[in-house]
Amino acid sequence: MAEVMSMEAIRTEAARLNIDLSGVDWNSICLPPGEDSGVRSDDDDLNEEDSLEFDAGFGNIIIVDNLPVVPREKFEKLEGVVRKIYSQIGVIKENGLWMPVDEDTGKTRGYCFIEYNTPQEAELAKEKTNGYKLDRAHIFAVNMFDEIDKFMKVPDEWAPPESRPYTPGENLQHWLTDEKGRDQFVIRAGSDTEVLWNDARQVKADPVYKRPFWTESFVQWSPLGTYLATVHRQGAAVWGGASTFNRLMRYAHPQVKLIDFSPGEKYLVTYSSHEPSNPRDTHRVVLNIFDVRTGKVMRDFKGSADEFAIGGTGGFTGVSWPVFKWGGGKEDKYFARMGKNVISVYDTESFGLIDKKSIKVENVTDFSWSPTDPIFAIFVPELGGGNQPARVSLFQIPSKVELRQKNLFSVSDCKMYWQSNGEYLAVKVDRYTKTKKSTYTGFELFRIKERDIPIEVFELDNKNDKVISFAWEPKGHRFAVIHGDNPRPDVSFYSVKGGKVSKLTTLKQKQANALFWSPTGRFIILAGLKGFNGQLEFYNVDELETMATAEHFMATDIEWDPTGRYVATSVTSVHEMENGFNIWSFNGKLLYRILKDHFFQFLWRPRPPSFLSPEKEEEIFKNLKKYSKKYDVQDQDISVLLSEQDREKRKQLKDDWERWVNEWKRYHEQEKIDRQMLRDGEASDVEEEYEAKEIEVEELLDVSEEVIQDA
Amino acid sequence: MRPILMKGHERPLTFLKYNRDGDLLFSCAKDHTPTVWFADNGERLGTYRGHNGAVWCCDVSRDSTRLITGSADQSAKLWDVQSGTQLFTFNFDSPARAVDFSVGDKLCVMTTDPFMGLPSAIHVKRIAADPDDQIGESVLVLKGPQGRINRAVWGPLNRTIISAGEDAVIRIWDTETGKLLQENDKDVGHKKTITSLAKSTDASHFLTGSLDKSAKLWDSRSLTLIKTYVTERPVNAVAMSPLLNHVVLGGGQDASSVTTTDHRAGKFEAKFYDKILQEEIGGVKGHFGPINALAFNPDGKSFSSGGEDGYVRLHHFDPDYFKIPSI
Repeated sequence: MAEVMSMEAIRTEAARLNIDLSGVDWNSICLPPGEDSGVRSDDDDLNEEDSLEFDAGFGNIIIVDNLPVVPREKFEKLEGVVRKIYSQIGVIKENGLWMPVDEDTGKTRGYCFIEYNTPQEAELAKEKTNGYKLDRAHIFAVNMFDEIDKFMKVPDEWAPPESRPYTPGENLQHWLTDEKGRDQFVIRAGSDTEVLWNDARQVKADPVYKRPFWTESFVQWSPLGTYLATVHRQGAAVWGGASTFNRLMRYAHPQVKLIDFSPGEKYLVTYSSHEPSNPRDTHRVVLNIFDVRTGKVMRDFKGSADEFAIGGTGGFTGVSWPVFKWGGGKEDKYFARMGKNVISVYDTESFGLIDKKSIKVENVTDFSWSPTDPIFAIFVPELGGGNQPARVSLFQIPSKVELRQKNLFSVSDCKMYWQSNGEYLAVKVDRYTKTKKSTYTGFELFRIKERDIPIEVFELDNKNDKVISFAWEPKGHRFAVIHGDNPRPDVSFYSVKGGKVSKLTTLKQKQANALFWSPTGRFIILAGLKGFNGQLEFYNVDELETMATAEHFMATDIEWDPTGRYVATSVTSVHEMENGFNIWSFNGKLLYRILKDHFFQFLWRPRPPSFLSPEKEEEIFKNLKKYSKKYDVQDQDISVLLSEQDREKRKQLKDDWERWVNEWKRYHEQEKIDRQMLRDGEASDVEEEYEAKEIEVEELLDVSEEVIQDA
Repeated sequence: MRPILMKGHERPLTFLKYNRDGDLLFSCAKDHTPTVWFADNGERLGTYRGHNGAVWCCDVSRDSTRLITGSADQSAKLWDVQSGTQLFTFNFDSPARAVDFSVGDKLCVMTTDPFMGLPSAIHVKRIAADPDDQIGESVLVLKGPQGRINRAVWGPLNRTIISAGEDAVIRIWDTETGKLLQENDKDVGHKKTITSLAKSTDASHFLTGSLDKSAKLWDSRSLTLIKTYVTERPVNAVAMSPLLNHVVLGGGQDASSVTTTDHRAGKFEAKFYDKILQEEIGGVKGHFGPINALAFNPDGKSFSSGGEDGYVRLHHFDPDYFKIPSI
């Protein structure tokens, strides 16, 4: 431990050094890098993982072996050649190329060291030139300087790996066994990340685990809720377990920016982009695919940002996230990405391209997987000024057969919406009017599960309406559309059952710009976020009636819990004020609200799909009364308990208050005489001493004379 | 009932005070002219002209004959309530802020702001029965607190003075010796500037409002924290109902950032809390700027609020208000 100076000592020291302490901004003071004043950080990981990247400091040096051995007179020439090759890849540091010379013979030793500005460049150089053929006799062998140690330590004899005894892990699904059937959620506010139970019956949130500085940018649940992923400078990590959130695995990926789980949470994709030291170069992108359970890198992708930035608009430094989209449902069988004129589909058995080839599609701009089946839809915009029509196609994987195709004319834009069971695909098509000055909207509906995939075209009642939002009912056959022109658009509900799109109803003039279906369908929230100040309408689509309207002022985010029982609306730190979240019941009753400054994230912990068969579910639904009895009793008990507790608390508070008041009264009585003296003997300082006297006052207001005439 | 909107000030309100009988309401504003109104119908009765700066605070004597006002023009003035004539001017070297008559109205406590290198101070003046005998000398001057002292009031039996201000500390001073008797416990105290302070009718306890978005109820004798009321906005003004166990908090976001957001985001509401349960029970909207001043009629049947918007709103409670169940 460093010696602790007293404040007095600091003051004298400052006076000696002629420093005005009052002018020092204490918060701006930090220790020089690497200096810790002998106070070690408590976080072992930090020390350990830091060394991974920064400590050695030789990560930016490579060794090139198998160079020609040349005499002194040819040294310059060889150096020129090597420099030319390697400066193409990155910026070599000044004096960063060193080719050792044998002093006895005066010849080079056949290898050299090259120091780059960044480890990324060094790595790239290794990757690109390892195996480079200078000529037949000289094939470069390139290694990282840091790895030399490792290679030196390789034992001469192979030893069989030790097999470690099996240690049973924690039950990662433990949270699902909650007796009260509650759901968990994670919130991030300020520097704290906290996991809580939503205890709606007790109308409060019950803390599970809290940790400051748990993540450096954000947290994310895995799609089935097993893991909570955090993001750090050194890589990503996942946490989980029975009661406490222990770290289960780490995934090293320096400066990781984005992460994405496969739907079956078998794999984790991490992404980082690195600033090139030569500003003319594009950003370098590194993607790793990890096996979540083992932490092994299954495949990595490296390249310039351009290669990964095709198609998507906006996104992170030009990359539309996720780069890899996962298909084939929860089995995590395939993943794909869009490239220039190609869709590259990989399978997770080999982590290679299917048939070693990408699917060639000229000018493809968008693709999306069916949520359940290995089918994806692509969109190709119009080409050649309208000579070649735009088209939407469906491809089957792994056969790569085109299942269905639809040509579309005078299209300006297209958006694809899959229903969550993969039964329907709705394609929103914006078409130009004849004058090409404006657009109108139509929908193409693909019935994927029916024979030959019939396509149906349908339009809104007023096809000139702008479509603001579109949402399928999860697992259902209905969808909702917000359409019309601001400020008060209409909301329409359609059903696609019975082979035909039929309108259910239109709600006129709603303050809504976003749709949030309950994950179990049937209920939907029509929300007016942002400009609409957080208007909420809870709507029952079965009965076509509004259950409740409410407002969460300035709400920015809405999320249903995975069971569809509760909804969280939150105001995140995009707004300065009112940060925090509200929990509502599905029918729009506000249960509780929690305010937190600097509120960043609210995420319900997802649940894996139910094991109940559809028949069983139906049976439960039919006999709901029977099953719900038990819970009604519990609810009753809890509400009795709650009101009991509440009564007791109130009584306690009241008693405490009475005690104060009595004490004050006593003092007041004691001091009565003194008070009278202060007031020159005037006694009336208490209301009771007022005396109501009735005083009759007669006042003459006016006198007038009037002559009354006799009739 | 519909509130009575009293338009008489041209600048933001700073302070409101009822006389003991509850028939007069005195208002102070930044527009130099304290005003007196009929507390029943909001009719303007008259003004007190003479100050040359914002008027921060006022107090009226028990018999409603004398009014004292503290102003940014570096003076505190004593007025005849009925005629509106200036009786005396106490001159200071820095702006005067809080004023408060003692029990018996023979003494008055005044505070002055830190100004041009002068520290803030608390002055105690003797108030003569006959204005002709009035002198400007201080009986006692207390110094010490950092920053502005926003409120200073008399404790029970004039034995103590309670002060609070920018340094977020509540202090109790001995009026005999001028010694600092007590400071509040820092752990439970306010974290930011204390903007307002309201005594209970019997001076046994008082309520403080602070920019840390809370109000706290304290025992005047022991300086023990009794209750805390938490809100979403900085608190500029507080008041306690003399009739029911209610406290009212007024405030709103900073006047400087009012125009940047929706008026509803500002929360310019007078918020009613249950004094004992510390729970919010209601709100009265209306102002379109932060609330700077609140006062309860001594009969507890009406209250008024003064806002940054320059209006005083006088609210007579509906009969329903008195039916709010308490515990």
